[in-house]
Amino acid sequence: MIKPEDDIHAATAAADVEEPSSAVVPETPLWKPLGWAKSNLFDSVPNTILTLLALFLLWETIPPLLSWGLFHATWSVADGSAAACRDSAGACWALMGEKNRLMLFGVYPYDQHWRPLLATCIVIAMLATSAPRRFWRRELGYAWGVAVVVVAWLMWGGILGLPYVETGLWGGLPLTMGLALLGIVLAFPLSIVLALGRRSNLPAIKAICTGYIELVRGVPLVSVLFMASVMFPLFLPEGVTIDKLLRALAGITLFTAAYLAEAVRGGLQAIPRGQEEAADALGLPYWRKMRLIVLPQALRLVIPPIVNQFISCFKDTSLVTIVGLYDLLAASKAALADPEWRPYFVEGYVIAAAIYWVFCFSMSRYSQWLERQLATGHRR
Amino acid sequence: MSGMGKSAKPTTLRALLYSARFRGVLYQVLVVGGVLALGWYLVHNTLANLAARGIATGLGFLGQESGFDIGEGMIPYSAADTYARALLVGVLNTLKVAVLGIMLASVIGLTVGIARLSRNWLIARLATVYVEGVRNVPLLLQLFVWYGIVTALPVPRQAIDIGLGVFLSNRGLKIPAPVWHDSYWPAIIVLALAFLGLFVLRRWAMERMNRTGHPFPWLSTGLGAMVVLPLLTLMVTGAPVEWSIPELKGFNFQGGVDLSPEFAALLAGISVYTAAFIAEIVRSGILAVPHGQTEAALSLGLSRAKTLRLVVLPQALRVIVPPLTSQYLNLLKNSSLAVAIGYPDLVSVANTAINQTGQAVEGVALTMTVYLIVSLALSLLMNWYNSKVALVTR
Repeated sequence: MIKPEDDIHAATAAADVEEPSSAVVPETPLWKPLGWAKSNLFDSVPNTILTLLALFLLWETIPPLLSWGLFHATWSVADGSAAACRDSAGACWALMGEKNRLMLFGVYPYDQHWRPLLATCIVIAMLATSAPRRFWRRELGYAWGVAVVVVAWLMWGGILGLPYVETGLWGGLPLTMGLALLGIVLAFPLSIVLALGRRSNLPAIKAICTGYIELVRGVPLVSVLFMASVMFPLFLPEGVTIDKLLRALAGITLFTAAYLAEAVRGGLQAIPRGQEEAADALGLPYWRKMRLIVLPQALRLVIPPIVNQFISCFKDTSLVTIVGLYDLLAASKAALADPEWRPYFVEGYVIAAAIYWVFCFSMSRYSQWLERQLATGHRR
Repeated sequence: MSGMGKSAKPTTLRALLYSARFRGVLYQVLVVGGVLALGWYLVHNTLANLAARGIATGLGFLGQESGFDIGEGMIPYSAADTYARALLVGVLNTLKVAVLGIMLASVIGLTVGIARLSRNWLIARLATVYVEGVRNVPLLLQLFVWYGIVTALPVPRQAIDIGLGVFLSNRGLKIPAPVWHDSYWPAIIVLALAFLGLFVLRRWAMERMNRTGHPFPWLSTGLGAMVVLPLLTLMVTGAPVEWSIPELKGFNFQGGVDLSPEFAALLAGISVYTAAFIAEIVRSGILAVPHGQTEAALSLGLSRAKTLRLVVLPQALRVIVPPLTSQYLNLLKNSSLAVAIGYPDLVSVANTAINQTGQAVEGVALTMTVYLIVSLALSLLMNWYNSKVALVTR
């Protein structure tokens, strides 16, 4: 089967050899879309059938969706009642205006909502600043240190004039982001230790690390979270209690560390053996060899998988709903518990999904970009 | 040591301390000791806490009467049965949704993965929208949406009649099912024989093709035989064929087989979600096959479909199978989200048991053990398959 553009190439090639003739008609812009459609949509019978089927599908779904979500949608309501929505046939986006505070911040004290908002903005700004490679410097680390202190102060309060807010009241987007970020940051050192242990020559250490990684990777996050919420209190000495949020965070960290360890191991395996042998020849002890020679090269390779792991971690934090924390998803569900707005659950979920989607999609694009950026050295 | 001179003693100790072997043993003893100490500390605390709260330990509760009902199951179960049986119902429900989900996700994922590479611009775009849209939204959120959609369907009285006795309502999907007769046994045996015959036929066809170069359509012949032969047996033995068709009686349907709303939502959710990841794996697998292979196949006169089926896919499978295995395992583990929409899978049954007995440690340990065993079995199976499709080198 020869594609039409091959025909054209063949024709132009022939024309180059011979003298230019009038047989090669330059395509006029007017016919370009048609020619494109012919070669990309209708170039054979099966393709034409597929195109027509897809067009039919789009025709069946897009206009009703547009009319529901755009043309007949209710964008705002008076005095917080859903009456206007009940009368219209379209979507009830007024939900967003009425319930956005609950969806974004959960049960955080209403008059203090500027605090989680500001904290979220700081974290997003810091993440955006950390994205380009040219900002990867020592100063960025200090900036993160300051940001963490400020965010913690904003969320907890209790000093410098801010009223104290206990972690049980935290919720919504800040909780989702906090759990995902802290989960991955705390899991990272643990994962390096596990990955090194799995590649160790010492059989007992290798067995323990391999056992841990395979055990955790073999069970669902839901049961790890249940374990964290039901069993952690039993593990501690009598009288010591541990915060629900911390328990969930511990569960997420222990879970993520096992997956991250496999990513780090992949990076370690990509480093040529000669590097380690050279370090040995220089007489470097194990930890200095790892810290100075192997890990800097391996972790550079592992950055894109870490971002991917962060995306899954971000999505997986939604499971803390099941153990009773008010993350973005649970807060959206809570907003829909109001009988007045319950019929508009689709709108509520669409809004929550859009927030997750924007975060995850931009991070996955970033990870792809980073992979191209870092793809030097070890690849030809 | 005592035999050596006084000056030599520190040297040997030094040599011992600095020998890699001794250090290795020392580190391992320290780490193992630390892990054991931590384990002992946790067990000690747990036992003390359990004793303080008056909670029993051990697996004795498995033999007790559970006292709770389970919405659906593949084996008969009532509240008077034991905890062990309740957990078994949960395990079977998990396996049911995981097996069906893996099959459905593979089919959707393969289709979408190939569609993403289609020369048809529109099809490729639609597939991209599907993949990017689905995999960037948490599965739990998607499950809530699916469950919301299924439960927002009309009540059985106004059920959507799809035709052929299939009804869709907020009580789930109702499908007609044949009524079992003992005279079906010969047909079942013939079906099993035909299934075995498929492998014999494949062996013979491969052997003949290697010898003579003539291909034999073993798959279509074998599958055809699997359909036709049992039907012939049914006709010959004259077994009565009777269908149980769903009928509206009172407020709900009677008869037929029924897919509960929870099961339908969970199956749709995990299949659609995992399929997006499988599609990406299939796409990268196909892209990993050099384009020269496609060109060579096309220049031999094979059609596009045959090129894909006979030349590209078999080579792509080598790249596809290992990551596919982990997606299957993910699907199995993700089926535990059933607990959020009320499908009685293993985790959800175990939770009820934990809440009733308070025996969290045993409950969680049992759940994790079952998942580990099933995961292990699945990865063994996939590794066996992988070794079949892997490139055979000298």
